[in-house]
Amino acid sequence: MIKNISNLGDAAAYCDFGNEVDKKTNSNVIKFFKSIKNKNFDFIKNLTPSYNKLIISFDLKKTNFSKIKKLIENIEIIKDEKLLSKHIVVPVCCDSSFSLDIERVEEKLKLKKNEILENFFSKEYFCYMTGFVAGMPFLGDLDKNMRVKRLETPRVKVPKGSVGITEQFANVYTFESPGGWNIIGNTPLEIFNANNENEPNLINPGDSISFKMITIEEFKKINGN
Amino acid sequence: MEINYFEVLRAGINTTFQDEGRNNLYHIGIPFSGAMDYRNYLIANKLVGSESGSAVIEFALQGPLLKYKGSQINIAISGDVNFELKKGNKKFQGNCYESYTLDNNDEINILSTNKSVYGYLSINGIFDIKYQWGSCSVNTKANIGSNSGKKIKDLQKINIKNIHNNFTKKKLDFINTKIENIRVIKGTNFNYFSEKSKKDFFSKDFNVSKLTDRMGMRLEGPKIENIVDTNIKSEGLLKGVIQVPADGNPIIMLSDHGTIGGYPKIASVVSADYDKLVQIPPGSKIKFKEVKLSDAETLFKLYEIETQSLISKIQ
Repeated sequence: MIKNISNLGDAAAYCDFGNEVDKKTNSNVIKFFKSIKNKNFDFIKNLTPSYNKLIISFDLKKTNFSKIKKLIENIEIIKDEKLLSKHIVVPVCCDSSFSLDIERVEEKLKLKKNEILENFFSKEYFCYMTGFVAGMPFLGDLDKNMRVKRLETPRVKVPKGSVGITEQFANVYTFESPGGWNIIGNTPLEIFNANNENEPNLINPGDSISFKMITIEEFKKINGN
Repeated sequence: MEINYFEVLRAGINTTFQDEGRNNLYHIGIPFSGAMDYRNYLIANKLVGSESGSAVIEFALQGPLLKYKGSQINIAISGDVNFELKKGNKKFQGNCYESYTLDNNDEINILSTNKSVYGYLSINGIFDIKYQWGSCSVNTKANIGSNSGKKIKDLQKINIKNIHNNFTKKKLDFINTKIENIRVIKGTNFNYFSEKSKKDFFSKDFNVSKLTDRMGMRLEGPKIENIVDTNIKSEGLLKGVIQVPADGNPIIMLSDHGTIGGYPKIASVVSADYDKLVQIPPGSKIKFKEVKLSDAETLFKLYEIETQSLISKIQ
């Protein structure tokens, strides 16, 4: 499954699963990630799975790249497909106060708002990875006619809970942060909770996600207003 | 119960609680954080006889002015720091790498770091703060760690518990060496860049920009020209990785970096040089020097031996 293992600096292994961004390649990354993580090796500091790469950083006091490379080449991979099976429904409100970039998306895609939303809410998505900021899920794949580029000038502040689309992906901003995704709605759901140390992320790599449209009244109710 | 605390009369520019940071959370988007200059962090705790792994106050450029309230306490400051102590009516210059005893109403005024960025204040007690995932380290971007994940603010109180009775005066003869040549290993996208830019990267000076913080060190210099693709599919990052965005100005990832990113990686700073790299202040010039993986591993072993030898000298 791994095409090549190289070093990234002196304290990390860079596992290359190919250049494709698809569910099959990413599922292989996630299987490797979970297989290594389950072993709880004390010399491994961090594992970062992404679309088609896995970065393994290690404690240079305890091991080195050549030992880690051997370990990865010989690790037994979990066969259980169930580890990829959690399904989560994320409520999203697309009231005009939340869908900040809907006009831009309409213009770029040459589709009407209702057509865009109908397509967006009818699909099931797959979580490729989480990160950049804590808990942010990268979800795919949007249909080919729904793909739009990033904003030319990123926003300085994207509101927390914003649901955005860019190219083949959708995501949720788990914090107010700068960002360039096209915002089409907002979820009142807490996607990241730092106080839940065992399970801070609602959405994890490998999970399947669907979005459910809610009204502004329902949004306020969930949000506790 | 007696209450011991620091009253923060002036917080300083970027003053946070830090310790050894947190691991095993990159996959959910939480970076390592932790003390930027790990060696000086270790030394600070050893100077007050605190366990390694204890929380310290990290400050950058201008530090805090703190008034102490409570029963006697020992403190120490590591780094290259200009600070004053006020005991009663007496004001005097403090020395780094030396422990001091503070009494009720004494003050520490951390004026500035000298041609460096970070310094550390340790105590022979425990800061009464919150831990998340086993670490107090503050990450202000995700509001994770102690102090609600925020910088220490003016006029807040910092409570201290369990002052241990190690009041022995401790001292270390040590001067931080500064570096301009940063040793790096070629990155996974090194061949994305033009021949001229590859040469420039290892021969020209780069200026450390003012936009540098705990997340990243932004550099200005010869534009590094990408001839393949200015974006890659987003993938993991690590501290020390040097990314080059489309504008051609390299950014070195530091301890609070975003966990994934989509800019090509030209190189990675070797582990042995990280502590010294973070101490290079904005406005300084740096140069990159290429080393092989095996050399980087040896350099790290030497760095570790040197650190351990410094620690063992503090009794």
